[in-house]
Amino acid sequence: MSTSPKRVIPIKVERASMLSPADQALVGAICERLKTLPGALLPILHEVQGALGYVPDDAIPLIASALNVTRAEVHGVVTFYHYFRTHKPGRHVLQLCRAEACQAVGGAALEAHAKRSLDIDFHGTTADGAITLEPIYCLGNCALGPAALLDDQLQGRVTCERFDALVAAARKEV
Amino acid sequence: MSAIKIYVPRDAAARSLGADGTAEAILAEAARHGISVQLIRNGSRGMLWLEPLVEIETAAGRVAYGPVSAADVPGLFKANFTAGSAHPLAHGLTAEMPYLKNQERLTYARVGITDPVSLSDYQQHDGFRGLHAALTMSPADIVAVVTDSGLRGRGGAAFPAGIKWKTVLGAAGPQKYIVCNADEGDSGTFSDRMIMEGDPFVLIEGMTIAGIATGATQGYIYLRCEYPDAHKALNEAIASAYGQGYLGADILGSGKRFDLEVRLGAGAYICGEETALLESLEGKRGQVRFKPPLPALQGLFGKPTVINNVITLASVPIILDKGAEYYRSFGMGRSRGTLPLQLAGNIKHGGLVEKAFGLTLREVLYDIGGGSLSGRPIRAVQVGGPLGAYLPESQFDTPLDYEAFAGIKAMLGHGGIVVFDDSVDMAAQARYAMEFCTVESCGKCTPCRIGSTRGVEVIDRMLSGDNPVKQEVVLRDLCETMVHGSLCAMGGLTPYPVISALNHFPEDFHTRKTNALNA
Repeated sequence: MSTSPKRVIPIKVERASMLSPADQALVGAICERLKTLPGALLPILHEVQGALGYVPDDAIPLIASALNVTRAEVHGVVTFYHYFRTHKPGRHVLQLCRAEACQAVGGAALEAHAKRSLDIDFHGTTADGAITLEPIYCLGNCALGPAALLDDQLQGRVTCERFDALVAAARKEV
Repeated sequence: MSAIKIYVPRDAAARSLGADGTAEAILAEAARHGISVQLIRNGSRGMLWLEPLVEIETAAGRVAYGPVSAADVPGLFKANFTAGSAHPLAHGLTAEMPYLKNQERLTYARVGITDPVSLSDYQQHDGFRGLHAALTMSPADIVAVVTDSGLRGRGGAAFPAGIKWKTVLGAAGPQKYIVCNADEGDSGTFSDRMIMEGDPFVLIEGMTIAGIATGATQGYIYLRCEYPDAHKALNEAIASAYGQGYLGADILGSGKRFDLEVRLGAGAYICGEETALLESLEGKRGQVRFKPPLPALQGLFGKPTVINNVITLASVPIILDKGAEYYRSFGMGRSRGTLPLQLAGNIKHGGLVEKAFGLTLREVLYDIGGGSLSGRPIRAVQVGGPLGAYLPESQFDTPLDYEAFAGIKAMLGHGGIVVFDDSVDMAAQARYAMEFCTVESCGKCTPCRIGSTRGVEVIDRMLSGDNPVKQEVVLRDLCETMVHGSLCAMGGLTPYPVISALNHFPEDFHTRKTNALNA
């Protein structure tokens, strides 16, 4: 008996969510609380990143479902804005200003020092998980550059020495 | 003896240099000396090179000391500074310091003087007088006062505010919006941040007046998320304004409604463009919209919307309080009123200077700013943010006036002035302008999205000595296309810093070429 080759129909299987049940509940609660706001998506993404440190890929279906929009639309928004990150950052986020006013007072040299001394590029996290380095375009501290934002605290006149001191202090904190 | 009032700014710039530590040290040292003090966290006076600037209230007025680090505090107490006594860090009466004394502070009248989040302090310093005046007037009369004052949009485009308001007032519709553009993304600018942190009530008052004038009942402040301190100050001020009946369903018993909320941006420079901002507020990607329709007719959620910059709205209360004529009496030509200049980059006396339009750049750089921070000659100045032209020394006598700047193919923009000394590489600055556009372009139109990427490539080829004369022709042609073919100012103005660098500092491009060719 001859057998004709079987045609395999591909079935797309949803991969299980990597989010813990607690994190799923947290994202769900944020959506529930904010979804009736006009233009609710950005406020929801801010709250999710504020709570988890990033917007996990697996939060996107939950948010899309709450707002009755497609996942593609939520993904499009998350990836449009520089502030939203899709990977878990280090314990501290250090943002270095790359804009002109800081360039005028040694911003480029500081940037090179930061990358060298932390041994990472922008968007990278140090091997000990302490610091994630990110570029930022203006912090509004343009008369006191080079400027940086360490977590939520603005820093001014960041020389290489001051940078090292900030990093050392952040590393000590848990 | 009553408690001595001591002021230490809560402004983010002051805090970036340790103002919190200074404040803690003052409280600790006062307790140790048994001196009763009242610590007030004020806004910044704008003399940023002296931050943290500590002030003591004396019978003669407030006396300034700065910059005061936490380590300086024990010495100051030893020198009896709580009595306003002499010390190497003392600058005498704050109000008499030339940097401040020579300013014309209208919009910034209270910044640095009051406790920013104290509503009673705001009332005691002429706060809400504009709102009280507006509540006795018809909407059309309020709009007429704003139009007559000559106030133009301070965000950069300089469009007359009164005309925008009139369009929204005349638009029919049950729901209208007031949107404040607080996405201050231009490098070298911090005037919005300083007023939101230093006098948030004046912005709330200005937006409320705009609501009453146009029939809008909901306001949004679209604040960039890079400003966490401003976010905190605005939310505190909004909460107390609601508590005292200055916001809500029935403003001061007038029967008029105005609600206000802060929304955070998410690090996209393009959202400072008004239509991209509206898209972002609606929860979408911040992509620029085609115009028409104008936002005044179909703006936020498709409804008539006033969208103004922070400083524009914060200038409205004093105009309503003192009248259109008073405001008009400052300035020159068609640029009326005052402009908060921000001195930034490589400058000795960096900070905020509110002056009537008409000073020359040279006066600002040398007489007020004191020259470069490094002490080296000033070689180039970028005015108006990352899309503004680079000006050489030969153009320093241009008066600060919208039309005068447009006349030399430059722009005043939001009043940011970034200073570079002679160590600057202008070819690198030109390349950066194009690179910035590749990072921040919203991607909607081709000249901006693709043009900027090609721009970086062409400059790289030019600087590597790959047929530089031909590359320059290509670069100029590309810039021409971007200027005329882009949908908004992002792609349309990126060529300004590029072409101005090429025109005024050709040696930076040529030296490289020669070096590369000889190599």
